[in-house]
Amino acid sequence: MRALRRFIDRMRAKSPWLLHFDCGSCNGCDIEILACLTPLYDVERFGIVHLGNPLHADLLLTSGTVNPRNRKVLANLYAQMPAPKVVVAVGACGLSGGVFRDAYNVVGGIDRVIPVDVYVPGCPPRPEAIIDGVVLGLQKLAGGGRGGR
Amino acid sequence: MRHTVIPFGPQHPVLPEPIHLQLTIREERVVEALPALGFVHRGLERLVEARDVPQMIQVVERVCGICSMIHAHCFCMGVEALLGIEAPPRAQVLRVLWSELHRVQSHLLWLGLFADCLGFESLFMQFWRIRERILDLGEATTGNRVIVSVNVIGGVRRDPDAAQLAWVAAEIDRIEEELRRLEPAVLDDPTVRRRTVGKGVLSRDQAWELGAVGPTARASGIAEDMRQTNYAAYGRLYFEPVVETDGDSHARLRVRFRETLASLDLVRRAIRILPAGEVRLKLREPPAPRGEIVVRVEQPRGELLYYLKGSGEKRLDRVRIRTPTFANLPALLAMLPGVSLSDVPVVTLSIDPCISCTER
Amino acid sequence: MREETRTVPVQALLAEVARLKAEGWRLVTLTASELDAERLDLLYHFDRELRLQHLRVAVAKREAAPSISPVFFSAALVENEIQDLFGVRFAGLLLDFGGGLYREPESPAAPFCRCGGPPQETPPAEGGGQTPGGEGCATR
Repeated sequence: MRALRRFIDRMRAKSPWLLHFDCGSCNGCDIEILACLTPLYDVERFGIVHLGNPLHADLLLTSGTVNPRNRKVLANLYAQMPAPKVVVAVGACGLSGGVFRDAYNVVGGIDRVIPVDVYVPGCPPRPEAIIDGVVLGLQKLAGGGRGGR
Repeated sequence: MRHTVIPFGPQHPVLPEPIHLQLTIREERVVEALPALGFVHRGLERLVEARDVPQMIQVVERVCGICSMIHAHCFCMGVEALLGIEAPPRAQVLRVLWSELHRVQSHLLWLGLFADCLGFESLFMQFWRIRERILDLGEATTGNRVIVSVNVIGGVRRDPDAAQLAWVAAEIDRIEEELRRLEPAVLDDPTVRRRTVGKGVLSRDQAWELGAVGPTARASGIAEDMRQTNYAAYGRLYFEPVVETDGDSHARLRVRFRETLASLDLVRRAIRILPAGEVRLKLREPPAPRGEIVVRVEQPRGELLYYLKGSGEKRLDRVRIRTPTFANLPALLAMLPGVSLSDVPVVTLSIDPCISCTER
Repeated sequence: MREETRTVPVQALLAEVARLKAEGWRLVTLTASELDAERLDLLYHFDRELRLQHLRVAVAKREAAPSISPVFFSAALVENEIQDLFGVRFAGLLLDFGGGLYREPESPAAPFCRCGGPPQETPPAEGGGQTPGGEGCATR
């Protein structure tokens, strides 16, 4: 049983499934996240598959500020992901609220609602930076991730 | 017959952004669609109280990351009009050049997402591969890929040299050639046609009555494009709007594809007429606009309206932004009834929704 | 304002909008801004063949303004937005979100009202903002 478990842990980091949720960003980060999937940057070479179902996801990639309405969706998505899981927050507003932090309907960064493992700064960050963040997240996933053991 | 209510969104694989539609379904067909917004609302119009005019440019650029250049362009034009100044002629043409590059990348982005939503993954990859080359042009001339941030009050921040512009023009030719090679795969492919022809029809009268704008209105036969008002340097470029009359999803696809080619042509002509000279006025004092004004420009998704009100202070009193998706949402609600559930993503995407713009 | 702007009384608004529609003017959008603690300035923007025209109406915050959504359905969304942001009401609004288009119960009420709260029984958090620099009405 332990051998099987170790095998699954190793394989999970080799083909992580990724869920992207835009939490109220300006789209700048989201199009850079999507650009990572396209031929020039091609994040699929790390075995990453982008999908839309939180129940299958290992890694949550979020961008944008949290507001009172989308915080429920964000918390819900995170809760639906099976452990172990890793959260990567992308872009200045996902980190702290960024340029919008003074706006009245902004709660703050992603980590006001769910725990964040990797922070990728930039407005928007370049695809290379996002890939670096995801790869760092994968290392955390290989080390157990959140909610594992 | 019983009705079923199906939630569509806020998190859905074809939607890059959170919007929620509550679909009432009878026998696989939509009877009624009700939107629920507010997942991206930040309230950035009110940031105008905390930021002075030059700082506000950074905020309006982030109304939408896909068409940030055009938001800043519109805002700067409004402030310049209130101050009674005009950007130098070279800056006017450069603004057109970058606006059109932005439009091309936005349309390519949409064409890719639309292909992906039809399940045509290789086409998605092709469009996004070409789009990267447009982003390279933007990065080389402005320093940034996405939020290019070149507009300032009284002109632009960057001035590309002749060698760069020659390279841009040559690259535009090569990109156009590649796009023309993809044209039959997009417009004539039988699968694409079966998923889009006759889906989500919007008649000309409906489009007018519901206030549709941009490619959504032009695909229904309304030949209205804000670039016809000849703002910036469009008056010298002999601009013609792209119009289709079928009003279905395929017509909207055709409009956007043809507009992409037209925008590439505008970039080429803008380089040809680019005058020499300054690109930025030197302002003696920080801008303190007085009065109120309505400015309109054409964004990739349609007519964008800014209302600015100032009382001679360095901060404006009110900024109101009406974005094209906000105007197109009523049209979407009119398109959906009668559409089968499996076509809802296609029809929703066909108006090119930008929720970040809509809710600000 | 560069374009033709006419001030109309609230009572004449619906008739005026219907007349413009019959003449082929498209409703572009509405803009609301605050005049003082009591009144709101509503601007209705219309377009015909790329030309703009505006109607200006001053409405009292405490009274429901007439909704033009029965004439132009496209006004429903923006009237809902104004209800959210300024805490006013529109009477006869088709598709009424009741102030919940953008706002959750915990969001600030009437966040765009700097000079005075909306007409509600329970006084909301004043101005609702962390936003600094919200000067009072006397300075404006």
